[in-house]
Amino acid sequence: MWEYTEKVNKLFLHPQNTGEIENPDAVGEIGSIVCGDALKLTLKIDKKTDTIIDAKFQTFGCASAIASSSALTELIKGKTVDEALQVTNKDIAEYLGGLPKEKMHCSVMGQEALEAAVADYRGEAHPEVEEGEIVCKCFGVTDQKIRRVIKENGLRTVEDITNFTKAGGGCGDCIPKIGDILLDVLGKEAGRKTASPKKEMTNIKKIAMIQEVIEKEIRPRLQADGGDIELIDVQGNRVIISLRGMCTDCKMSGITIGDINKTLKELISDELVVEAQ
Amino acid sequence: MKEVYLDNNATTRVADEAREAMLPYLTELYGNPSSMHLFGGQTHRRIEEARAEVAALINAEPEEIIFTSCGTESDNTAVMSALETSRKKHIITTRVEHPAVLNFCKTMARRGFNITIVPVDKLGRIDLRNLERSITENTAVVSIMYANNESGVIFPIKKICEIVKPKGVILHTDAVQAVGKIPVDVKNLPVDMMSISGHKIHAPKGIGALYVRKGVRFSPYIIGGHQERGRRSGTENVASIIAFGKACVLAKDNIDIENTKVKKLRDRLEDGLLSTCPDAMVNGDTESRLPNTANISFEYVEGEAILLRLNEYNICASSGSACASGSLEPSHVLRAMGVPFTAIHGSIRFSLSRYTTDEEIGLVLQKMPEIIRDLRSLSPFGRET
Ligand code: FES
Repeated sequence: MWEYTEKVNKLFLHPQNTGEIENPDAVGEIGSIVCGDALKLTLKIDKKTDTIIDAKFQTFGCASAIASSSALTELIKGKTVDEALQVTNKDIAEYLGGLPKEKMHCSVMGQEALEAAVADYRGEAHPEVEEGEIVCKCFGVTDQKIRRVIKENGLRTVEDITNFTKAGGGCGDCIPKIGDILLDVLGKEAGRKTASPKKEMTNIKKIAMIQEVIEKEIRPRLQADGGDIELIDVQGNRVIISLRGMCTDCKMSGITIGDINKTLKELISDELVVEAQ
Repeated sequence: MKEVYLDNNATTRVADEAREAMLPYLTELYGNPSSMHLFGGQTHRRIEEARAEVAALINAEPEEIIFTSCGTESDNTAVMSALETSRKKHIITTRVEHPAVLNFCKTMARRGFNITIVPVDKLGRIDLRNLERSITENTAVVSIMYANNESGVIFPIKKICEIVKPKGVILHTDAVQAVGKIPVDVKNLPVDMMSISGHKIHAPKGIGALYVRKGVRFSPYIIGGHQERGRRSGTENVASIIAFGKACVLAKDNIDIENTKVKKLRDRLEDGLLSTCPDAMVNGDTESRLPNTANISFEYVEGEAILLRLNEYNICASSGSACASGSLEPSHVLRAMGVPFTAIHGSIRFSLSRYTTDEEIGLVLQKMPEIIRDLRSLSPFGRET
């Protein structure tokens, strides 16, 4: 059983603003019955002032989905459309006093329903539907969405992405792709300033660079998830490492190693091959 | 508010008689059964009595019973032993097995063994022709559960024996859900190995048994001292073994009750829910099913939400919905049966025991329609009920 905050429990048992507004000015629908989560948001908007006068929701989903929807309607009522668009999934989660990390996707669903409603109000197509390529077929998640939640929520692992979007939580086929997207976003964020390699280097230099990349780039990411890494040896281009802590028997450890491999190749030398002990 | 406990396929309350039986072994009678002194000797004797009690429940011989720590250990041991002794490389199991078998077999597959996972039909029944076709010269073991924990569907183990045994393949059955609920008689059922678990039949958690038919070659999984005649090393969980023995005696005495009183209550619950909640359906083969299990899908609502609303009345059940579990993937059993996602998300398993009362079922019948109605009224897919 999940540990929910009092606020989540309260809003689940006594949700605010349930139902559907008659003749709404905006409708946002997100999710599907197949995925197990769906939210329909209807808004009444004062067109002169662009202010949301009323918001109601209908949700199919678990306790945190219902509570997140209720929180969303509370957060946007009385705001102008532009102000409401500033509400993120983080705000929804905060309003609820937090959500279990595995349930963060419920708050993301709230944010998306709002965006869909605003797009509907403005006569635009919902951006999420327009662009992006479906990465996770099980849950219909696009690369755009994955990139966005990584950036907005500072995600660092594939598991985080699954918690926030559900992508990767079904058959798992898309996990390598999600890993690539994560690396790409993280790489761009880090600016890749760490090293300037790729010329002939001595063994000592190589080891020093590997250590530096591990310290600066890899270890913080792993530690954020309760894991760690130890550099065991460097034999020629073979980098032998050992995963520690939570990483040791994590089901994603294959991806973690792939991730480390890619980082070292990019930053130091294409020839490096990472092996876990 | 006392709990209305309808999650007995997950675990059961410890029977008072079983608790009483084990208490002295947690207090004054703490001797090690392997010790040579009389003080240890008396615990050794009680273990042997408990072994006979466990054996009697399934009509086995005491020396065919090996005590283990749980059903999972029994399952892992059985499959591993078959692989070790047969020196063959192929495992057959089903898509709806408990993870103790399924994940173990998949792990073995990653270690170089071949694995065939036999599907089930939409009522959760195993496809026997498919099973027969899967058996090859190289098959070491067929591991098929006796009854499914989620749907309650009972597999035709006797027919499975007829298919598997003439081919000289080792047959293991995970019977943790069946034993104590329906009569199980290994003299009539030529399986080679059978797993049993204590906490599913009102003994404490942390004790199980593996039946190994006399003459079947066996290779221990846990290796160390000479306990259990070297078949399962490690100092015995004495108190729990004794409680387990007592629970088996009680289960044997009550087997008729399981199939009359418990079944009647289950049917009352099921019929009542189906008639008061529209768009509800039973998952699994109702012809061949455990007497205590009802797995019902309520369309357009989500299982975790139902469970949390049931919590308000202290009613405990479980769900095949992903949201109620740690993973995002809903019940592998219901998926294997091809239950539509719309129904899996709202599936609830009620599993009764001989301690379940009429009043308890009455309370569930009173509360559920309102819960379903409320949640549907919240849902964009809801219907007027
Ligand atoms: S494709 Fe993403 S989990 Fe199946």
